[in-house]
Amino acid sequence: MAGEKSVAFVAERQIPPSPPPVKTGGALGWARDNLFSGVFNTVATLLSLAFVAYILAMVVPWLFLDSVWNASSLQGCREVDDGACLAVINERFLQFVFGFYPEELRWRPILAFVLLFVAIWPALFSSAPRKLLIFSALYPLLAYWLIWGGSLWGPVGAVVGLAIGWACIRFLPPLVRGRLDEGLAFLAAVGAGILATALWWLFCVTAFEDALGAVLAIGLEPVESARLGGFLLSTIIGVSGIAGSLPIGIVLALGRQSNLILIKAVCVGFIEFIRGVPLITLLFVAWLLLSYFLPPGTEFDLILRVVIMVTAFASAYMAEVIRGGLAGLPRGQYEAADSLGLDYWKSMRLIILPQALKISIPGIVNTFIGLFKDTTLVIIIGLLDPVGLLQPIRADQNWNGIVWELYGFIALFFFIFCFAMSRYSMYLERNLDVGHR
Amino acid sequence: MTAAATERDEERRAMTASGEVAIDIAGMNKWFGEFHVLRDINLTVYRGERIVVCGPSGSGKSTLIRCINALEGHQTGRITVEGTELSSDIKNIDRIRSEVGMCFQHFNLFPHLSVIENCTLAPIWVRREPKKEAEDRARYFLERVKIGDQALKYPGQLSGGQQQRVAIARSLCMQPRIMLFDEPTSALDPEMIKEVLDVMVDLAESGMTMLVVSHEMGFARQVAHRIIFMDEGQIVEQNEPEAFFNNPQSERTKLFLSQILSH
Repeated sequence: MAGEKSVAFVAERQIPPSPPPVKTGGALGWARDNLFSGVFNTVATLLSLAFVAYILAMVVPWLFLDSVWNASSLQGCREVDDGACLAVINERFLQFVFGFYPEELRWRPILAFVLLFVAIWPALFSSAPRKLLIFSALYPLLAYWLIWGGSLWGPVGAVVGLAIGWACIRFLPPLVRGRLDEGLAFLAAVGAGILATALWWLFCVTAFEDALGAVLAIGLEPVESARLGGFLLSTIIGVSGIAGSLPIGIVLALGRQSNLILIKAVCVGFIEFIRGVPLITLLFVAWLLLSYFLPPGTEFDLILRVVIMVTAFASAYMAEVIRGGLAGLPRGQYEAADSLGLDYWKSMRLIILPQALKISIPGIVNTFIGLFKDTTLVIIIGLLDPVGLLQPIRADQNWNGIVWELYGFIALFFFIFCFAMSRYSMYLERNLDVGHR
Repeated sequence: MTAAATERDEERRAMTASGEVAIDIAGMNKWFGEFHVLRDINLTVYRGERIVVCGPSGSGKSTLIRCINALEGHQTGRITVEGTELSSDIKNIDRIRSEVGMCFQHFNLFPHLSVIENCTLAPIWVRREPKKEAEDRARYFLERVKIGDQALKYPGQLSGGQQQRVAIARSLCMQPRIMLFDEPTSALDPEMIKEVLDVMVDLAESGMTMLVVSHEMGFARQVAHRIIFMDEGQIVEQNEPEAFFNNPQSERTKLFLSQILSH
């Protein structure tokens, strides 16, 4: 055989599968492979360790060992120790959470916050009972009532308005069946529904509330918007914005792809306009200009106006994120849905959106996080969110000169919320990943 | 050999002499922008007839069958499917689509749904069938395409051939009267082509009206009543299989056949 090369080869036996080689060496082996392989990596590892140690050596004593929890002023802190003066957070904690919400009524926002988790549970986890979604749908009004108080009939009136709008959309098209093109009839009904709801909210809700209030007065003690502040305010604006911007963003993204020129123009115009202006200008519009356009005498809460603007702002971004997801789907998915005879709404709901939203999850959560942090901009128009509360605290003679502790505390609050959102989105992506196992 | 095959063609012709029209296309033209992609197409497909459409790429054969269920719109001429004329009326289009099944080159299964959900989705949401009934039928068709044991898997876990068979089952679950196949085996490994063709032969033997865009000439010989050759947007030649392969008339057809049969 020597010297002669033949290409012919036949396997003599089937090689049975065997397990992969076991990693040896444990933690030390891992460290040797990943941290100390070669001179450059060893130096880099040591430098990084030195840097981390340096930072910890500064932060740990300041924050934990030498910090002061009980004192009545910065002076008092310094007399005890030279670490972080956490006494200020200890003293002002409740103000940070509730703003100037009346002390004896604080159980209401707490209850609303606890119920928030019940409401979002079915939306976040598919294992939750589906019936809870009804509660989720009613939750915004319940939370509104709990936090702002007032007559129960106000929120009920708002629900009635929605019911009127829904009834228009549901029952108007059959009335004109045969006389009008079906799509046109549906569009007209939607328009009529929105108009009826808006009219009801603007002109009839107050009368409805007064009338029913006169018959049966059920209510909570009202709390003015001006007394809301702190994390309560951030959470209200952030959560409403998040809950509102996703569905509106979906509708805008679909509208932007529509073949109907009018719908497409409205959606593109909205998205481009809102994305093209800074959030701060929108907040100013909410603060100063919006009341010009409303009928005189209409009471339109400032926080509600801000929520609307923040939601609109986030919706425009959301629409573009979701459009990216829609564009990322292969055309074949649209064609397969069409070829099975699914109509537009069914193919969107069952085939296109579930996949497009899944692709868009990182972008959606990105927008959520951005929105949540942007809520701090409301200090510009005088609302006392946590950052807004810093000013009076730092102006207080007792705490004059404190910076790190307060900003650090606020940062921690935002970090916890944003980190939770980020982790949830990773969980969701993992959970929905059935494609390529 | 050839005589026997020709005889078989004639038998096949006799079997479909029902004369009931499934699809009627008359004077149809289509443009993509300036490009005249389909030129004066006239084609009548009878119930139970099986037609294989072949031709070089870009000849418009896929576009032709995609016009039949309105995935592409045509500009002039008339297409009538099972008595319903294709117009811009959405209701008509949705009705035709639920009567016409389609299989794509790249399967286009819904990756976020399991195999059985892929099969039951349209019956439940379009035909408004009870879930139980739809699932029973889905299992029946999955068995028939020999993939019953994969019902709970997701498309991403299946091989190409298995995915295409699921796609066929998904279409059959709507109990269509006509099946369109758009190059169903072009994206498959050679080993998997046979398993898909077997299913299609089985379907052909059950009497389904089929329009197949394909280059599988063996399959065409075996089941087709008619072979249509297209080039540059028009129907150049059509004939029964043996006559088509053994005695092509047009120069273009001869050239095409010599190229695809030379290997």
